[in-house]
Amino acid sequence: MIVTSATLHIDKLVAGYPGKPVLEALTLPPFQTGEVTVLTGPNAAGKSTLLRAMAGLLRATGSIQFDNRELLSMNARTRAGLLSFMPQTVPTDINLSVIEAVISALKASPMDATSSGNEWAQRRAFAILERVGIGHLALEPLHQLSGGQRQMASLARTVVRDPKILLLDEPTSALDLKHQVKVMKLARSFAADGRVVIIVLHDLNLALRWADRAVVMDKGKIASFGTPADAITPDVIARVYGVKVRVDNCSGGLPHLVVEDEV
Amino acid sequence: MSETTVQSIAKGYRQQFTKRILLLVSLGVATLISFCIDIAVGPSTLRYGDVIEAILSPDSVELATRVIVWEVRMPYSIMALLVGAALSIAGCEMQTIMNNAMASPFTLGVSAAASFGAALAIIMGLSVPGIGGEWMVIVNAFIFAFGATLLLQALSSMRGAGPEGLVLFGIALVFTFNAFTGIMQYIASAEALQQFIFWSLGSLTKANWDNIRLLAVIFALVVPFSLASAWKLTALRLGEDSARSFGVQVSRLRFLSLLRVSILTAGSVAFVGTIGFIGLVGPHIAKLLIGEDHRFSLPASILSGALIMSLASVASKAVVGGAIIPVGIVTSLIGVPVFILLIFNKRKR
Repeated sequence: MIVTSATLHIDKLVAGYPGKPVLEALTLPPFQTGEVTVLTGPNAAGKSTLLRAMAGLLRATGSIQFDNRELLSMNARTRAGLLSFMPQTVPTDINLSVIEAVISALKASPMDATSSGNEWAQRRAFAILERVGIGHLALEPLHQLSGGQRQMASLARTVVRDPKILLLDEPTSALDLKHQVKVMKLARSFAADGRVVIIVLHDLNLALRWADRAVVMDKGKIASFGTPADAITPDVIARVYGVKVRVDNCSGGLPHLVVEDEV
Repeated sequence: MSETTVQSIAKGYRQQFTKRILLLVSLGVATLISFCIDIAVGPSTLRYGDVIEAILSPDSVELATRVIVWEVRMPYSIMALLVGAALSIAGCEMQTIMNNAMASPFTLGVSAAASFGAALAIIMGLSVPGIGGEWMVIVNAFIFAFGATLLLQALSSMRGAGPEGLVLFGIALVFTFNAFTGIMQYIASAEALQQFIFWSLGSLTKANWDNIRLLAVIFALVVPFSLASAWKLTALRLGEDSARSFGVQVSRLRFLSLLRVSILTAGSVAFVGTIGFIGLVGPHIAKLLIGEDHRFSLPASILSGALIMSLASVASKAVVGGAIIPVGIVTSLIGVPVFILLIFNKRKR
């Protein structure tokens, strides 16, 4: 894959629900390809709203530009070629095999001119399952998978169309420790291919360990941003979450948060 | 990535694919067999050999056999296949579009709405200006069926409606349209009432070659669009947000799918009256056998619906010797236990 650098700019974004605006003229620092950005903040801070607005699932105004192309005025199909969104929860009662679901994600709408044929779709689906590490589950029906396996299958579907921008909404929320690490490592490797990866995450220690950058949101606004260690500080957390934390530097040199009490 | 793993996945996937094709073929064969039995069974039972011969080369059998097979029984039997197929694929699409396992034209009141539209035409002679004669029944049935699906769609997209809410609303639609139809019957003239009751029984005895031709054309025009949407429908099963992220224009898919459901339901109801539960049971059997890849589950629904309807037609002739009970009664007797089972299954999850 040819890695070309591009930037995602979000400027004066307004989004929300009828009668309940969540984001009012939100401007974010630019997102670079190759980087994993974690979006965090308390409940109802507007993280999911931001992600859904970027994915075109919510009506939004303002500007979201990637590589000088405006996402907000794109039609659904063009946007799908550029960006993919992994929802927080997926239906559990689906009688489709893992591989069928991945192929249907590929075939749901036509991709670029070079992509064609069932053979191509199958090879690509097999490859992505291998990469996500669930090749052995390819023929298992989705409704018989564990929560963690289902989440990995969902991740495979999200990335199989080779989007330049990957939006993951709390991908680790239902996962055990091993799967959490797997998802974060995969996110890093997807970013390294030349993608913008944005992850909504509640686990600040995961953010400190795996993200290149962090954005802390509060009440629809940005509370802080920068490298995880700069953005996620005791001061910011006290202000935004209302809890007192201590930052320990563990032996590996990584900062680690320990929650001590409410403020 | 290792080439051997990819090869083994590919092999497994091919085997899965072949198995599903074989299942489709088996369903098709079973449907054909049932079709022949349906033609053979009746007040004067024919031998299967004669039936097959009469179908394949009509000129080589006795005149009496030929007349019974081609003029008397074949229209019923073909109508059974067509109506079963149409309602079943309609049910399959509805279940996916509304994300509800209990959705079908009958259980959510679309059939009742179509019946009321037909009643307006038969009893009151009311329809859209410019439409007359036999077309009134089918056009009215369509208008009301489509209205009902749009209402259902509006409700199911409301926040907090939930799958149970949709089913309850569907039941409310059934009662409402049945009440309207009751009013029609109450004010109908004796002649119109008789005609209407004959129509409303849900029976194949109204089948004739003209009706069959019309329903077959409707079916042949609508179903290719369903099949062409197979990937999109499969993607929708993975959740609306995901489907949209894969580039599916979900609201457009929904609208067109509900349009197809309405056309197929209206066509069936207009020619044979309300047939219950085929649109529920057919797709469930199909999905149980073949999964939810709509490239397979849509054709499997067509075949399983046709098969069940054909078997119901056989049963309607075989249960009471010499008499044909309306086939709608038979399908309801099969369908109700399945419906109850589905409710219990939902509870368990």
